[in-house]
Amino acid sequence: MWRLFLIALLGAAGTSQAEVGGDAENGQTLFRQCSGCHEVGQGARDRIGPHLNNIFDRPAGAADGYRYSAGLQRAADGGLVWTYETLDDFIENPRRLVSNTRMSFHGFEAQQERDDLLAYLRQFSASPGNIPEAAPTAAAVDHAVAPEVLAIIGDPAYGEYLSGECTSCHQASGATDGIPSIINWPAGDFVVVMHAYKEGVRAHPVMQMMAGRLSNEEIAALAAYFESIE
Amino acid sequence: MTFNRRIFLGSAAVTAGLLAAPMVRAQGKPRVVVVGGGAGGATAARYIAKDSQGAIDVTLVEPTRTYYTCFFSNLYLGGFRDMQSLGHSYGTLAAEYGINVVHDWAVGVDRDAKTVTLAGGSSLPYDRLILSPGIDFVDGAVEGWDLSSQNAMPHAYKGGSQTELLNAQIIAMPQGGTYAMVAPPNPYRCPPGPYERISMVAHTLKEVNPTAKILIADPKEKFSKQGLFEEGWNDHYAGMIERVGPDFGGADVVVDPAAMTLSIDGDVNNVDVCNVIPAMKAGRIAEIAGITEGSWAPVNAVDMSSKMDENIHVLGDAAAQGDMPKSGFSANSQAKVCANAVRGALTGSTVFPARFANTCWSLIDTEDGVKVGATYEATEEKIAKVDGFVSQTGESDELRAATYQESVGWYDGIVADMFG
Ligand SMILES: Cc1cc2nc3c(=O)[nH]c(=O)nc-3n(C[C@H](O)[C@H](O)[C@H](O)COP(=O)(O)OP(=O)(O)OC[C@H]3O[C@@H](n4cnc5c(N)ncnc54)[C@H](O)[C@@H]3O)c2cc1C
Repeated sequence: MWRLFLIALLGAAGTSQAEVGGDAENGQTLFRQCSGCHEVGQGARDRIGPHLNNIFDRPAGAADGYRYSAGLQRAADGGLVWTYETLDDFIENPRRLVSNTRMSFHGFEAQQERDDLLAYLRQFSASPGNIPEAAPTAAAVDHAVAPEVLAIIGDPAYGEYLSGECTSCHQASGATDGIPSIINWPAGDFVVVMHAYKEGVRAHPVMQMMAGRLSNEEIAALAAYFESIE
Repeated sequence: MTFNRRIFLGSAAVTAGLLAAPMVRAQGKPRVVVVGGGAGGATAARYIAKDSQGAIDVTLVEPTRTYYTCFFSNLYLGGFRDMQSLGHSYGTLAAEYGINVVHDWAVGVDRDAKTVTLAGGSSLPYDRLILSPGIDFVDGAVEGWDLSSQNAMPHAYKGGSQTELLNAQIIAMPQGGTYAMVAPPNPYRCPPGPYERISMVAHTLKEVNPTAKILIADPKEKFSKQGLFEEGWNDHYAGMIERVGPDFGGADVVVDPAAMTLSIDGDVNNVDVCNVIPAMKAGRIAEIAGITEGSWAPVNAVDMSSKMDENIHVLGDAAAQGDMPKSGFSANSQAKVCANAVRGALTGSTVFPARFANTCWSLIDTEDGVKVGATYEATEEKIAKVDGFVSQTGESDELRAATYQESVGWYDGIVADMFG
């Protein structure tokens, strides 16, 4: 069923303008919109999203140790492989290709932007032309948090109680629809993001208000809980 | 790093056991009865059942099989949602959380015997009773109107059929006709609700009946998000909406449901739709239980327990709790604090400090969303506001559209948090 649907979609994508020939430099700039969740390049690790090294020709759902959403897992089980065409389709509108993906990104509408981004990402894939010595460009952190704050080990039981304040809006199932998923994030990323809201570096009035009164321990507790839930 | 859930639950139970002696019961599990399966009651029942993992017997009493949310019912009037998308069943709460869902009315509470009587005749014993019955209307609040007039002049302030009726009447208005609203005095459920409704009705009329008029009789000097609504009405519905405040007799209102007239300060207006939203009070069962003072049931902020009976908790609109607005978000937030406290009292689990929050989104026109929110804490005296924000006038279209998208996500989120 999935396979059929995918083929139908790809058929449509094949007729579009997906072409190798984007501007990798502009792609690097565009990647800033992705780097809150994804790393690529030397030393890239799984963060909120999986790392993107060798993404080309990699079967979907195959980054070792990364916990994928049920939606992406289903797509992977159905045989989705990341090629230029499938990636092009995915970044145009992630949820159209993979319904229920946790990736809450609206997508790049312009074909040129997608070409540029893919030209950039392509540099980090072995096939073709990997550039292993390329400098790491993506930093998932958009805000510096003191190491002693990052080191706090949160109490997941307290985090579970506190999470009630989050699940009035963010769904515990990880579903995303207008409000992003916050489950299974690496605890460190969660902590960084919450401190960014708390200090007003990230702009969102509800999140600034909610984070504003969380102590360092409470943020760590929430991070521990959301990282741990199934 | 992944936590092993079983180990952590086990150790938490041990620690909790050391901190507080669990209530010893000679027979059976502790029993919680929840009356009202809305924003407060469904959330409380779900959290107690989920977190106690079978250690507490939870019964939820709710007459209707499908709960139609009031939240987003205005979007239904604006044509942005269908009624079906607002209906939610109790199936998951029963099947997956083991909650005993009883579709009946609670008609009596015996506080000495600790039992609730149902209309069907049976009675339910409880160790803790949670009341979240929402609102009823104050008798005689609007001269000429009583519940028997609710078909001629709907309130549409409880979910479901009343909202459908109001919608049908709006659609059936003659071209150039008048939709009137009698707005309620404070405090009432959903402070921005009547004004979001005006926006949504205007949106529909602009499409199907552009020469129609909207007339509001309002007993209040000011109202929630007033600057934002008035800016939006000017931008989107110029010349359509007239609001008569108290200085021009907005509090001095008489309706005649048979003649379809609304008199404001003696001035008789013939209207085609008259949406009467009377003054409100706690759902009647709170009064029957004898725990109200004036119109509402006073509670202690730390655990939402009644100030008159420590074994009864009151959530949501029915409670007099302090600074929180009466909203679905507030009821949901209070329910989680209450669930944690009730579970602690009955099983000795850790009770964490109370904390509350609320955010209310309103839609003014297509993709033009605004919001207001605040955080709250428990003090001796009441639930007290800590911090808050409100959308600004003159925001960009992109921000307003994002705010609307967010509200759609919130709806799915809160409904999942209530019903599983
Ligand atoms: C037009 C409108 C728009 C709104 N928009 C928003 C919004 O955008 N955001 C927001 O947060 N809030 C909104 N609200 C407010 C929100 O609907 C209420 O504040 C919320 O539902 C209150 O929850 P509750 O549990 O107190 O009562 P309810 O949700 O009303 O639940 C009460 C339940 O108790 C049942 N019940 C009553 N008496 C008995 C009895 N004797 N025995 C058994 N069961 C009984 C009823 O059948 C009902 O299901 C809106 C309200 C309206 C009217």
